[in-house]
Amino acid sequence: MADEKSKYEWPTAEQRTLIGKRMSRVDGPDKVSGRAKYTYDVHRAGMLYAKVVRCPYPHAKVVSIDTSAAEKMPGVAAVHIIQDVGKEIQWAGDDIVVVAAVDEGSAADAARAVKVEYQQLPFFVDDFTKPTNVPEGAGPMSTNDLIGMFTNQVPEPQIIQAIQKRGISFQVQPGMIDQMRQNKVGEDVIKALQAAPVKEPEKSASNYRKEAESVKGDPDAAFKDAEVVSEGVYGCPVITHCCMESHGSIAEWTDNDHVFSHISTQNVSGLSGQFAQGLKIPAANVHVHQDHVGGGFGSKFGADRWGIYTAQVSKKAGGKPVRYMLERDPELTLAGCRPSAFAKVRVAAKKDGTLVGWESESWGTGGPGGGGAPPMPYVVNIPNFRKNHVAVLTNIGPARAWRAPNHPQGCLITMSAIEDMAAKLNMDPLDLILKNIKLTAPPDNQYHRDETYREELLIAADLIGWKPGWRPRGQNGSGAVKRGLGLALQTWGGRGHDSTCEVTIQPDGSVEMKMGTQDLGTGTRTCILQVAGDTLGLPIEKINLKIGDNQYPSSGGSGGSTTIGGVTTSTRRATVDAREQLFAKVAGALQAQPDDLEAVNGTIRVKAAPSRSLSWKEACARLGSQPIDVTTKNLRPEPLNSSGVGGVVMADVSVDTETGIVKMNKTVIVQDCGLIINMKTAESQVYGAMIMGIASTLYEEKVMDPTNGRMLNPNMDFYRLAGIGDIGELVVHMMTGKGYDERGPIGLGEPPTVGPMAAIANAVANAVGVRVPFLPITPDRVLAALNPAAGGSHASV
Amino acid sequence: MDDLPEKKKPNKPRKAQSSSGVSRRDFLKISGVTAAVPLVAQASALVLEEAEVAVQGPGKVPVALNVNGKKLNAQLEPRVTLLDALRDQFELTGAKRVCDRGTCGACTVLLDGKAVYSCSVLAIDAQGREITTVEGLGEPGRLHPVQQAFVDNDAQQCGFCTPGFVVATKAFLDQHPNPTPEQIKHGLGGNFCRCGTYAGIRAAVMQVAKKGA
Repeated sequence: MADEKSKYEWPTAEQRTLIGKRMSRVDGPDKVSGRAKYTYDVHRAGMLYAKVVRCPYPHAKVVSIDTSAAEKMPGVAAVHIIQDVGKEIQWAGDDIVVVAAVDEGSAADAARAVKVEYQQLPFFVDDFTKPTNVPEGAGPMSTNDLIGMFTNQVPEPQIIQAIQKRGISFQVQPGMIDQMRQNKVGEDVIKALQAAPVKEPEKSASNYRKEAESVKGDPDAAFKDAEVVSEGVYGCPVITHCCMESHGSIAEWTDNDHVFSHISTQNVSGLSGQFAQGLKIPAANVHVHQDHVGGGFGSKFGADRWGIYTAQVSKKAGGKPVRYMLERDPELTLAGCRPSAFAKVRVAAKKDGTLVGWESESWGTGGPGGGGAPPMPYVVNIPNFRKNHVAVLTNIGPARAWRAPNHPQGCLITMSAIEDMAAKLNMDPLDLILKNIKLTAPPDNQYHRDETYREELLIAADLIGWKPGWRPRGQNGSGAVKRGLGLALQTWGGRGHDSTCEVTIQPDGSVEMKMGTQDLGTGTRTCILQVAGDTLGLPIEKINLKIGDNQYPSSGGSGGSTTIGGVTTSTRRATVDAREQLFAKVAGALQAQPDDLEAVNGTIRVKAAPSRSLSWKEACARLGSQPIDVTTKNLRPEPLNSSGVGGVVMADVSVDTETGIVKMNKTVIVQDCGLIINMKTAESQVYGAMIMGIASTLYEEKVMDPTNGRMLNPNMDFYRLAGIGDIGELVVHMMTGKGYDERGPIGLGEPPTVGPMAAIANAVANAVGVRVPFLPITPDRVLAALNPAAGGSHASV
Repeated sequence: MDDLPEKKKPNKPRKAQSSSGVSRRDFLKISGVTAAVPLVAQASALVLEEAEVAVQGPGKVPVALNVNGKKLNAQLEPRVTLLDALRDQFELTGAKRVCDRGTCGACTVLLDGKAVYSCSVLAIDAQGREITTVEGLGEPGRLHPVQQAFVDNDAQQCGFCTPGFVVATKAFLDQHPNPTPEQIKHGLGGNFCRCGTYAGIRAAVMQVAKKGA
């Protein structure tokens, strides 16, 4: 028998039949014809509709609630108080009362009839002003802090460090630990919490808290000896996830203690525990189902307060199905946003461009808790640095993981500061990065990261025409419209989450697979089928894949670019195991040993004598009456994949210096992500990352009203996404072949989303000759940067 | 402005028709000019611009819609939008509710062949019109060329904006069978996608334009 690795290892380029192919996604026809059913589209018999009474104040105490009039309204089936009298509300739009009625209109009418009185409390929504009078000690971690770090997917070592350094302000209850385990929080974090000293929470009136402070090398000497020092301020605001399908669910009770929830989620297998906790029923009694999800981007890992209260109001309505999907306003207000980050930066260099020192004072808000600190200096590991980050605690609503948590912010600030240094040195930033390319190598540098970046930079430069096109600042055209180029480097980890795959091969030749995963539109279904089909020698149409149900073998949530690495490795292992069993059954008939067989092109045949073969159907017929049924989990660590990818973004923009309008001419991304299973869907993800990056650079901002603490633009008119006319030409180049393929599949959900903001912001700076410090780069900010004397409010901090 | 889509807000409604209903525009006029007239069930008809029109609601009224060539009937409150009627009454859930205020285009359907935001049309106003939803264009195994082009060019990721985009593209190509890139920018500027599928959509439009839909 072949050893473990060679038995499961990915087929070589010559052997692959489906892996790596440019296949159209299998659920495409359902999606383009409107047949694909999303949670929002599910219509259960006798379904009721919910509407929610929301707190209009950003910080308040609930004083009284009167639901009596609402309960008597026509069509109302149940009224449920979500946050009762005495509760302190931390952001505007928070959920207070839910009403279920026969239709949406009746539910809305009844919600309007609920009377709630509040005591308004002082609030704070300003994350833009540079913090002053920051208290010395950060104080012990609160549960809000911890939840903030979990939901923004801060790396566990960083969380452990914070717990150890600061202690905690709460008792660690067994229930909390259960909940953390159900949410796949690492045992090291749990151990750190159990060992942490419990301290009195600090009574601080300050909205500022020191989040992280660190020093490496000797920054003082580096700046003292530096030949050139460049300074700048940079930053990006809070933005929202703005999923097209809002958050929400349909809950019903199949009996007194069994709940069934259709829910829009990135985490089909991971919700049972959360529902169980909220509804006080065993996790085994929770059934979760979802066929398609209309976007998540990191905001849909939880059952959420609304998932729980939808089930609670269903129970009050006799268990009838109740649908509550968030309206666009709460969706944008409270169902997910990315922390802001602003920074004052100094960079030290030698005249030849060698980077020697970094200093940054940064701040940003993740809402009521800290969201962790952006990694800086990003990718380019400048040897001497001093940095500190202040968390600004605000009443803007909680943050959630937004693709590549904290990376886009760290990348924007670092790459902007480096570009400004290049300008100060009169150097081409491409040359400056290449000069410092060794600094991009991580400590182990197992995959020659610096060499890969170099290769990617040169390919990207070629694709965008960098060398012929780049001009120093101030030399980008004599007319009003200036053209500029910018670049950024990006990175992410990846690897795979836990995943289990069940494969059944029936004696009639039909094949069924079950996995409790989800397809966010990344092509997960298609990729699983390509791996299974390649392994079994079958076209993908011959395999019936079922996903999206927590009654199937579990897979992890789709976050951190871990899905492709998880589901493809469990699929590969399960289908190899199933194939092996089939080979064992038919080897005799083919007068060969099982190891001598292969599954190719719908046949099982002898490798050395391909004419000795059975069709798939004939082979399966030899199973007798019992099917082959294999359930296989992937490994941790999984030798079939790896972690750590990189990419280069280059942008070409035109900026009208009279109107301040930025026009995208072209964006290029060159990206590596190990073995690519489906080139078509992989490229789509990278195109998408560019477009999202264009939107977050030029348009997106969660604007808070300083007078009433509410979001000013909770709609899609004024929370602007990029349209088809805003994006310019897009070019994607994926690195493949030797050096990449043998690393196995690594996810793409985060990596390409990191760099576009920085590359575009740098291109704008190159075009107009000055830094537009804060995103989004709206016309007023361009003009303010060009005319600082005019006193534009966004020219500097 | 460059980016204004050349479609979308529904046509001026036709004159109010006999008993089938009062158009929204006329309804607004009524409520504007006859503030003294209580608009409740007891007022069953009003005289408007010399024509007698029926007052609808506020309770449920019979609504008959012609959707994808089929006659569909329901009892609906007059405040129900065409989008909600399609989705909640007739299980035609291809058109999606996203922004719910005429911005994002995910609810796009054809009204007499013209693309409209169905979240901004009342169901009672859509009576007597020919309504085509994404389901009416084609189905798996028998896709419309525009739908096939969206599949071929991976012009979709999560797919939630896709049905609206498919319908908008169909209407756009009916008007501009051989569009320039500039026309695509404007003509499809009334739909938003969050995953970022515009590269595929542009390629899909060009594929159909070359072949002819």
